[in-house]
Amino acid sequence: MKKLTAAVALATSVIAGSAIADTVKIGYVTTLTTPAAIIGQDMQNGVNLAMKHLGGKAGPHDLEVIFADDGFAPDTGKQVTDRLVKQDNVDIVAGYIWSHVLLASRKSVLDNDKFLIISNAGPSPAAGKLCHEDQFSVGVQNDLGPMAMGDQMNAAGVKKLYIMAPNYAAGKDMVKGVERTFKGEIVGKDLTKWGKDAQLDFSAELAKAKASGAEAIWVFYPGAAAGAFIKQYQQAGLSESMPLYTSFTIDAISLPKLQGAGFTAALGSQTTQIWDPTIDNAANKKFVADFRAEYGHYPSYYGAQAYDTIKAIAAAVEAADGAKDRDAFRAAFKSADYDSVRGKYTYGNNNFPIQNLYLREFVEGSDGVWTSKIVGTVYEPGQDPYASECKLK
Amino acid sequence: MDTTLLVVQGLNGLQLGLLLFLVASGLTLVFGILDFVNLAHGSLYMVGAFICASLTFYFDSFLIALVVSLPLIGIFGYLFEIIVARKLYERDHLDHVLGTFGAILVIDTVAHIIWGANGISVPLPDYLEGQVSLTSDIQIPVFRLLIIAAGLASAAGLFWMVNYTRLGMLIRAGASNRTMVSALGVDIKTLFSLVFAMGAVLAGLAGMLIAPITEASLGMGNNIIITAFVVIIVGGIGSMKGAFIAAIIIGVIDTLGRAFLDDIFALFMSSEAAENSAPAISSMLIYLLMASVLYFKPAGLFPPKVR
Repeated sequence: MKKLTAAVALATSVIAGSAIADTVKIGYVTTLTTPAAIIGQDMQNGVNLAMKHLGGKAGPHDLEVIFADDGFAPDTGKQVTDRLVKQDNVDIVAGYIWSHVLLASRKSVLDNDKFLIISNAGPSPAAGKLCHEDQFSVGVQNDLGPMAMGDQMNAAGVKKLYIMAPNYAAGKDMVKGVERTFKGEIVGKDLTKWGKDAQLDFSAELAKAKASGAEAIWVFYPGAAAGAFIKQYQQAGLSESMPLYTSFTIDAISLPKLQGAGFTAALGSQTTQIWDPTIDNAANKKFVADFRAEYGHYPSYYGAQAYDTIKAIAAAVEAADGAKDRDAFRAAFKSADYDSVRGKYTYGNNNFPIQNLYLREFVEGSDGVWTSKIVGTVYEPGQDPYASECKLK
Repeated sequence: MDTTLLVVQGLNGLQLGLLLFLVASGLTLVFGILDFVNLAHGSLYMVGAFICASLTFYFDSFLIALVVSLPLIGIFGYLFEIIVARKLYERDHLDHVLGTFGAILVIDTVAHIIWGANGISVPLPDYLEGQVSLTSDIQIPVFRLLIIAAGLASAAGLFWMVNYTRLGMLIRAGASNRTMVSALGVDIKTLFSLVFAMGAVLAGLAGMLIAPITEASLGMGNNIIITAFVVIIVGGIGSMKGAFIAAIIIGVIDTLGRAFLDDIFALFMSSEAAENSAPAISSMLIYLLMASVLYFKPAGLFPPKVR
């Protein structure tokens, strides 16, 4: 019996060492139902394109992605995360659009010794007190984009500002971000209902904004709410009197719809972000071109972050020869040694990226399709303000 | 707090209330007359929005699309009654809830397959895009005024129909005593189908009117259905007048709450506490109203006379 076991063990080790490496399983949590599924769809496309470019392999290791739907709700997000961790026994859980879903789900991943690679959500606690050696972000901490926006509005000479955002973890972070850097007076602020039954009719808020005497309005409305907001902003006749500054609102997801319905208020407005389809590097050109060829429209930053997530995981898996040697994987991931579509970046002590923030303006592209271009770099590079609260070195 | 803003917000509240009325009137008819809990009523609202959105691009005109969509959503409601609802009348309310909840999932998924997850933005013709000045400093988007007009016209039409036509008489009779109506030889099946189709047209109209403001999107019906239930409970189940008044009250309370609650709270607490608590409280206001109505008048504000 002993001999047999030894023989089998020897045989398996020989096989594992040579031809067949372990498959690395990645659970990918995003939103595939509810109206917010348009974001999830873009991320799914980004993941699938990355898998295609990689040929489904990281070095000798096969990569397998299992998608899970968080239903735009923290409780569902936690459930599917538990399922990925316990039932599917994945090595890595990745994805997450929503900060409140991430905050509800992260413990399930980290307590079970899996890696958590966040594509988009960037709630302040995760970058600060709740940072973790197994938790990495490929996106950006929530406050940072709006902080850059605040600086940008200072530069544009805005003195009185009106603020609107959804009432959830990320909305509050973003508002805090603007307040951190904006030097003028904030004459009004609305936090609106968010989630599956989010408020999409902003008549009351826009009337208040109009009466407030603000010189500009800053909003954060991701996904489907973006289109609704821009339309009502234009219908309320604010586009002449109150310039629009946004964070994570107008993007490749809302632009085709806004263009289809002729809402020109979106053009010329500015935002700050870590990525843009025009960033000039080989990886980004290939990504944008192939994405457009495959899916017929520009990728959004959600798609770009999802693409980067898989590429970053693949690079770390290859360098650490799998995800089993945890120290090696951590070190490999933290080196961020892969061709990111945003260009090179590094990791801070809290495992959130230190990266450039670009000022993007929405324009009509040369082929008539509405898109964005970079008109400046606000932070070169920028780091979130919570890194000092994180105990990691 | 100046009066101009108050008037504008009042109009916004009226507009929201009238949209709610369009959804709630169908719901209260079906609930009151057919004794049928239709959770999928919101799906009719969504389907109406999607049909109208698609046709807007087909005809290149929102108004033509609206006119063509109304009978289509009526037919959809009629078929829904025959295929789904009719089988459930004899069962108890829990089965209604389960059955129509299933219908929501099916309709949402089919809509997802047909129209995709993206949602559709509906373009308006230029003459509906601008602003009207009511006085020198009260301005309101033309389209919101159109919603108010359409809502009031529908309400007036319904009022006339329910009170002055034979169909309306049967509807009122059905709401009071269903068994007696059928015992008197009225073709109750056709009446039910008609009522259902009418509810579908009203809900669909609401969806079509909101689509150019927000957009036609999956799950939009599930957002409004909860509020519509609050409206019919406050108004009294089966009462058209109740649905109208409750819808306006709720629309105005919700809008004014969102608009002014933080200013009011700031009078007696720190501005930061006001900022944080106002959004939470304002989204609870209509439920607080419902709870107090249920406490003082369990049958709602205007219950139908005989049940």
